[in-house]
Amino acid sequence: MALAAASNPRLDPPDRAGPAQPLLIARDLKKHFPVKGARGKAVQAVDGVSFTVRKGETLGIVGESGCGKSTLARLLLHLVSPDAGELVFDGDAVGVAGGIALNALRRQVQIVFQDSYSSLNPRMPVRDSVAFGPFIQGRKKAEARDIARAILGKVGLDANLFGPRYPHELSGGQKQRVNIARALATDPRMVILDEPVSALDKSVEAQVLNLLRALKRQLNLTYVFISHDLNVVRYISDRVLVMYLGRVVELGPVDAIFEQPLHPYTRALLASHPSMDPARRIEEPPISGDPPNPIDPPSGCRFRTRCPCAEPVCESTVPVLGEWLDMQSHVAACHMQDPKSGHSKAGEA
Amino acid sequence: MSDIALDKPLDSFDQQVAPATLVRGYWQSVFYRLRHDPVTLFFAAIVMLIVLAAIFAPLVAPFDPYKESVISRLKPFGWKDYLLGSDELGRDMLSRLIYGGRVSLLMGIVPVLIASLVGGLLGVVGGFVGGRVNTVIMRAMDVFYAFPSVLLAVAVAGAMGGGMGNGMLALTLVFIPPMCRVAETATTQVRALDYIEAARATGAGTILVIRYHVLGNVLGPVFIYASSLVSVSILLASGLSFLGLGVRPPTADWGLMLSTLRQSIYVVPFVCALPGAAIFVTSISFNLVSDGLRAAMDVRM
Repeated sequence: MALAAASNPRLDPPDRAGPAQPLLIARDLKKHFPVKGARGKAVQAVDGVSFTVRKGETLGIVGESGCGKSTLARLLLHLVSPDAGELVFDGDAVGVAGGIALNALRRQVQIVFQDSYSSLNPRMPVRDSVAFGPFIQGRKKAEARDIARAILGKVGLDANLFGPRYPHELSGGQKQRVNIARALATDPRMVILDEPVSALDKSVEAQVLNLLRALKRQLNLTYVFISHDLNVVRYISDRVLVMYLGRVVELGPVDAIFEQPLHPYTRALLASHPSMDPARRIEEPPISGDPPNPIDPPSGCRFRTRCPCAEPVCESTVPVLGEWLDMQSHVAACHMQDPKSGHSKAGEA
Repeated sequence: MSDIALDKPLDSFDQQVAPATLVRGYWQSVFYRLRHDPVTLFFAAIVMLIVLAAIFAPLVAPFDPYKESVISRLKPFGWKDYLLGSDELGRDMLSRLIYGGRVSLLMGIVPVLIASLVGGLLGVVGGFVGGRVNTVIMRAMDVFYAFPSVLLAVAVAGAMGGGMGNGMLALTLVFIPPMCRVAETATTQVRALDYIEAARATGAGTILVIRYHVLGNVLGPVFIYASSLVSVSILLASGLSFLGLGVRPPTADWGLMLSTLRQSIYVVPFVCALPGAAIFVTSISFNLVSDGLRAAMDVRM
């Protein structure tokens, strides 16, 4: 079975461009959703997002609700097509002539959604939901079912016991395991996890996270892990990308982000995360108010309306993220990071 | 948090409890509920009785429903062998009622079936594709909604002339828009769910997604609605016949019988009321069975 081959990193047959080539490069992705009834206005869900995903790593994406995390996930799979920007998967451009075809991309990239309930067809036994992917990709029904059985076993569900069941007969954690199995059934190289554990109990969450880590190692997977839960992201990620209102504000290795956050937004996000120590209670919310309306985002730095360090330069100039192509680089899109920006605190942080 | 040991099988950290209840599929649970619903079962039996009587009418009917007799006109119940009396041309009422059931059931079921297919298909396509296609389909349906359904049926049947075929066509046209709307609503709800997106993420095209993931979830509401339309269709068909726009005499049909017997209401009132009673019983039985089905199929999934 293809799975057995994929579990050995040295024998990864679909690998085309070698280990140095990032598995996925996203360059300047944009998606604006036009607003009905308002001409020329659009929700700027994702506005110029660039990053790379290295082979075998877990890239965590964090941000408040509405910052474009889920749209970004759908863009990566071309479930919604980007307005601008390009995607390069293992050296092949996606969706252009001479590049990788959409179907081939979808065989290699799969997605797990947050809502384990609505992501399974209620009228289908779960083994058929899992077998659907391989079946669509040309396996015979019996073959697809065998794959489904094997994968259900891999995610810790007895195929005889759980396979014939319907989604409403499973618990949330079990359903999410089925969703993971469904994503893995087509033998993908990359899995996009869109808040996969946010709807689960804490105990189940830990099980599923451990399962994801184990599967990643066994099947040589690459993860893009989207979450708003900082603990979860810290636990599972190698690198973290922080989004605010459709843009990347900070990108770097997980420890650097959590120990020395550069961007005021990241700092606020980390500070707003409740402390386990009652002596270190948060008295004042480090960040207040809602994110601005993505239809009409602030000029310059989008965080300036809530930023304690905002200055005139933040209003007039869009901060750039800086050089981030090196995997270890830790960068933030903030004028305080750029000594030449004219911000009074530039270079201090 | 420590990682799990990979040499152990993965399922060892999740207690897998055997299912407490028998694992039942959707249709199994629907039938289970139906079997425990005496009212629905009772009316389903009546429906079955009417259907069987209609199918085997030549075997069941005691007399030829078209044999006229001048001396036995408008006789009351039990006169000679005429169990339910006779009509204004001396034909046996019981036989005519049994034969009339054939027309009524045909007029009740065929238009609904065709309308479910056509309207359902239009609704599923419109709902799934969305955008302009959906707007065009649904606004076209809205045009039909502008007319009261009875008026529309009468107008269409009147324009094309009477007869059973035209009557059915008229009823089909009346039922397509509501059918389409039900299918469209159900499809739109399903389309927004993540499993459709997950199916698309595996590379499945529109037709495969509709076939495997949409139809099964739309069938339920469409079926329930169709079953409730059957009684409406029987009523409308009888109405058309009553107005002379449905089947033509001497064909036995409940609506037509009601119409021709109404002059004799003071002579044999109970005999004259029989076709109406037949329409009433049939349509209420279909209605109650449909209600029962709705309750049984409303399984929380």
